[in-house]
Amino acid sequence: MSEYIDRDQTGTSVGIVEKQFFTFAAPPDRLKLEGGASIGPLTIAYETCGTLNKDKTNVILVLHALSGDSHMAGYYDPEDTKPGWWDIMVGPGKGIDTDKYFVICSNIIGSCAGSTGPSSTNSETTKPYGTDFPLITIGDMIETQKALIDHLEIKSLLSMIGGSIGGMQVLEWCVRYPDMVKSAIPLATTTRHSALAIAFNEVARQAIMADPNWNSGHYYSGKKPDMGLSIARMIGHITYLSDESMRLKFGRKLQNRSALSFEFGAEFQVESYLQHQGNKFIERFDANSFLYITKAADYFDLARQYGSGSLVKAFSKCKSKFLVVSYTSDWLYPTYQSKEMVKAMKKNNLDVSFCEIDAQWGHDAFLLPSDRLDNLIKGFLRSASHDT
Amino acid sequence: MTPDRLRYDLKIIASWIKPDSRILGLGCGEGDLLYWLKKEKNVKERGIEIEESKVAKSIEKGISVLQGDINEEIEDYPDNAFDYAICSQTLQQVYEPPGLIHSMMRVAKMGVVSFPNFGHIKVRMQLAFTGRAPVTKELPYSWHDTPNIRVLSLNDFEKFSSQVGFKILKRAAINTKNNHRQGKMVNFLPNLFATYGIFLIGKE
Repeated sequence: MSEYIDRDQTGTSVGIVEKQFFTFAAPPDRLKLEGGASIGPLTIAYETCGTLNKDKTNVILVLHALSGDSHMAGYYDPEDTKPGWWDIMVGPGKGIDTDKYFVICSNIIGSCAGSTGPSSTNSETTKPYGTDFPLITIGDMIETQKALIDHLEIKSLLSMIGGSIGGMQVLEWCVRYPDMVKSAIPLATTTRHSALAIAFNEVARQAIMADPNWNSGHYYSGKKPDMGLSIARMIGHITYLSDESMRLKFGRKLQNRSALSFEFGAEFQVESYLQHQGNKFIERFDANSFLYITKAADYFDLARQYGSGSLVKAFSKCKSKFLVVSYTSDWLYPTYQSKEMVKAMKKNNLDVSFCEIDAQWGHDAFLLPSDRLDNLIKGFLRSASHDT
Repeated sequence: MTPDRLRYDLKIIASWIKPDSRILGLGCGEGDLLYWLKKEKNVKERGIEIEESKVAKSIEKGISVLQGDINEEIEDYPDNAFDYAICSQTLQQVYEPPGLIHSMMRVAKMGVVSFPNFGHIKVRMQLAFTGRAPVTKELPYSWHDTPNIRVLSLNDFEKFSSQVGFKILKRAAINTKNNHRQGKMVNFLPNLFATYGIFLIGKE
């Protein structure tokens, strides 16, 4: 995700932030997962920006997507070349204003950026879990976040916001803990994956599992399945862009050459771009984490889990005020999927705002600088703070 | 935005709305009326608007608005979810006005409908003396690019009420000036001299 971010041109930043850790569910009080397995102890990495007010009513939880982490804004070190992945949105005077709100972002369980995941050491075997790590769900992610919020002695959240898989977590929170979530902003997300989305994920997973270095997920002492993970990321990037954005960005332009060279190298710019994204990704992400998190996203189905197939029923216990945002060129989670959730919210008489932002950059538009999104979020949060 | 900057026709609508009511704004534009009602009368507001930029402006103001077609979006609300459904300056752009009025009467106890009066003397004179489709300040488009596909007069709306089956509870015929900031009530021959009509309607 952070490939989009450079140092803030305006110079406004939350400044230096710290990666913090919370460890819980020590045996025998392991966390029971939705899939039936229990796991513990668990560590959750998190970051906070802004100041918690006295009555703890200014808390906003940011939920990250597939490849994100808890480092949403600011810098760990003054020498860092890049800030956190959503530095354009989170900071003083920004869309999520850290002068007003206390903003928390935690790394999801199953990930590889500080929270317990398949690359973490299993305390019982003293070896990395690998694929012995149990399968996780979006609901399991919420339970670990809930444990963190309880640990911070926060009773309710003014708002929560997340895009893509982060948006799924937002929706799951609102359904699971309706009394805790005053308002919520699901961005570029869905209440369940389409066959298309599952198909892309499966091809990406197969690329990893077909890599000889994957070794059934137990590769931490040897060579890593870099080729598989890199291809998986390339597939991901195709889904994050759009026909239009690829046409505008690359078209049929060639990379460092003026004519076709009749060889199997990266001749077209789009090929070179995808390979570059793939190569960057293997430096910072774990292949098994990719498998676990994409699987959790594929399993996610609010209507099935909470409404016996009815999305209207699934939202029936919800109380949050919503701002749903989709993007015109998002073909991973197209607008019709956002409209389905808006419809179900309306049928429950929930307070919902919805905007389909006109953008050509596809699914990842929510990570790009946009005054439109900043202002929508500012206005919505202001009204959510007044309502409470 | 200060209350006195509200457009004259919207001020009249606002004066009809009881405090603390639930409001649905159909084609709510940039949300000026809903914003005013939320601030001044503590209403619970919902708006529907089709243009992305206007939806965004509304949400930026802190009011609840969703992007979509009013004819489709109104269908999802439960019966009597609102006290008032307001269709301000939009009815003349609706393909099937009876269907929309029925939906308004289903989701709300009362409705407010306002529109530019096609029976106004300027409209009549233009057609009579130039022989061409009228273009006025209130209906400023040419025949070939107008969104106003259902132009009507105040008398048309009165007749429409008995045809479609709703009651007119209140009516205001108005003339506006200064970019619609100011205006006055028209009591003498309203169908000839009023530029706009505003109606409060209820179920039969």
